[in-house]
Amino acid sequence: MATLEIKDLHVEIDGKEILKGVNLTINTNEIHAIMGPNGTGKSTLASAIMGHPKYEVTSGEIILDGENVLEMEVDERAQAGLFLAMQYPSEIPGVTNADFLRSAINARREEGQEISLMKFIRELDKTMEFLEMPEEMSQRYLNEGFSGGEKKRNEILQMMMIKPTFGILDEIDSGLDIDALKVVSKGINEMRGEGFGCLMITHYQRLLNYITPDHVHVMMQGKVVKSGGAELAQRLEAEGYEWIKAELGIQDTDVVTEEA
Amino acid sequence: MTVETKLALSVEEVRSFSQNNAEPAAFTDFRVNAMEKAAELDLPKPDRTNIKKWNFIDFANHTVESAPFASLEELPEEVKAVVDTEKQENLYIQRNNTPAFVKVSEELKNKGVIFTDIQTAIRDHKDLVEKYFMTTAVKVDEHKLTAYHAALVNGGIFVYVPRNVVIEEPLQVVFLNDNAEASLFNHVLLVAEESSAVTYVETYISTFEEAKGQVNVVTEVIAKDNAQVTFGAVDNLAHGYTAYVNRRGHAQRDAKIDWALGLMTNSDTIYENTTNLIGDNSTSDFKMVTVGSGDQKLNFTTLIRQWGKNSDGQILKHGVMKDKAQSIFNGIGHIMHGGTKANAEQESRVLMLSEGARGDANPILLIDEDDVTAGHAASVGRVDPTQLYYLMSRGISKQEAERLVIHGFLAPVVAQLPIEGVKKQLTEVIERKVR
Ligand SMILES: Nc1ncnc2c1ncn2[C@@H]1O[C@H](COP(=O)(O)OP(=O)(O)OP(=O)(O)O)[C@@H](O)[C@H]1O
Ligand SMILES: [Mg+2]
Repeated sequence: MATLEIKDLHVEIDGKEILKGVNLTINTNEIHAIMGPNGTGKSTLASAIMGHPKYEVTSGEIILDGENVLEMEVDERAQAGLFLAMQYPSEIPGVTNADFLRSAINARREEGQEISLMKFIRELDKTMEFLEMPEEMSQRYLNEGFSGGEKKRNEILQMMMIKPTFGILDEIDSGLDIDALKVVSKGINEMRGEGFGCLMITHYQRLLNYITPDHVHVMMQGKVVKSGGAELAQRLEAEGYEWIKAELGIQDTDVVTEEA
Repeated sequence: MTVETKLALSVEEVRSFSQNNAEPAAFTDFRVNAMEKAAELDLPKPDRTNIKKWNFIDFANHTVESAPFASLEELPEEVKAVVDTEKQENLYIQRNNTPAFVKVSEELKNKGVIFTDIQTAIRDHKDLVEKYFMTTAVKVDEHKLTAYHAALVNGGIFVYVPRNVVIEEPLQVVFLNDNAEASLFNHVLLVAEESSAVTYVETYISTFEEAKGQVNVVTEVIAKDNAQVTFGAVDNLAHGYTAYVNRRGHAQRDAKIDWALGLMTNSDTIYENTTNLIGDNSTSDFKMVTVGSGDQKLNFTTLIRQWGKNSDGQILKHGVMKDKAQSIFNGIGHIMHGGTKANAEQESRVLMLSEGARGDANPILLIDEDDVTAGHAASVGRVDPTQLYYLMSRGISKQEAERLVIHGFLAPVVAQLPIEGVKKQLTEVIERKVR
């Protein structure tokens, strides 16, 4: 079993504190969902875990199986087993999806141990078929001109090919039609199991109908303010966030006051 | 103001060069005439690059003798790398100033296609040469360098595609430059008659580091009504030249001239690329990529001038600049009066890899007609950190991520080149140059 621990994480962007002490522990064989209103720091958490250069961790820890993630470069974090499906994946003109994926897979291998082209193609074809992606997509330039839904599918394709220990999925369900949502969920469920832990950021129960989470966390104002099981998400879907705010005495004006 | 310049050869030397080559008298006169003009005319004035002090004139030798290749087996490795010796049916190899190898399929010969070195063309295809050689696309007296070129032409190729002849497989030309003393006054004259089609790919290769000669290349592509020409080139000449490279297109009604140029020469170079869309519905898709390095000074001036109604001009220029390279990317879409419904688009992007490098993208639209569409995009910047982050988040090292982004940035031309070996060679040159 592998564990990803986030301890009292504080993160700033451009000098503004966004995360104000996040605590979270994820094990393999677990699926966690993070929900919360817009702008409460969910993507910030994901970016800080992956090491986005714009996000500055001012205090706290991220530990992956006893190793200090914060000391690692972005590529080292990926090699250590972390994967982030981004809310807004980048477009890389001129680099084909297939070439990129092969580089990503080979980056994890020793020199001379690169995946054979045949094996790679076989695996790619199989995974793309599983995700119902047209074959020509592998020769398209990475995310260039992809629709919102195609980009999300492509993120899952990458995750399935790279096989990380922990997948962090930032709004993987946004902008997906119902068929695409089913396919993407199928991909995530396929990964589910002993060697894989997952943190899904979402606004919608809809995704969780396909992938039942083991744990649900609510983020507000840069903190995890409430955790529970799958039933917590259902209650949020039905009632919104007001009851949590009331329960915890959180005022909507907090952020505004800070800025004033 | 005109300044008389001392040229590297006298008029008499030009005359005897022509006579020694058994050129027709008319061509000797043409050269002599051009040499006289070269003495008087000014240098061109590429926008934003001052070349007054550049020495395009002096050289030790006008022509050097090189041994031809008796068979394909004799080709040096550098040439073998770009030529598929088994499959390539139509091939011309020039070694410095010497036509060193030529192969033309029976099929093309039977169809009346001419694919021969320029010296032979000057002698054996007098009428065609007289009709097209610096008469239609490029004029002798545009400036000192066009005149100098006309006077001193010492290599190049003539391609003539008769009416309705469609050549499926690309014609390949390799200019091998393995003598540092050589000067290349190459002239490429490609005439595609009505409703013909041809793809032409040339490669310039230097096998040494430091050159001591001059490069003054003029290319004329003439596409008659409804003809289609695809022109690919990879220039990879050594450091030390002061190069003038002019590639020009002349497209008549319904004609198409597409360019895919990988401009990797290591010398200071003035690149002039003009395509004149004369006829209605004529089109040109111009793509170039370049990597500037060392102390190179580069000017890429690309102009598509559109007279034709409903004509379409597309310019794409991508450059990577490192070390202390300085570059100007002038892109001009010019729609002339009468060119209704014409469309002119251009995109110039420069990636800067080091502090000391300079790159200026200078997009210009000149529109003399109301009913047209036009657009331009230009940017100069560094490798996008968000792209690097994305790639690195998949486990790819920073170095490899940069490499991928740069190759991707230069891919538009690589992807267009129709000969596998040339494509591969360009990729390798890019690899070497950006490292
Ligand atoms: N460059 C920046 N400068 C200042 N504030 C920023 C900057 N980038 C992000 N923020 C702020 O950080 C806060 C958290 O953003 P984040 O993207 O983490 O929210 P989120 O919870 O993912 O929201 P959503 O549900 O809308 O995706 C927001 O208030 C946002 O405006
Ligand atoms: Mg977000």
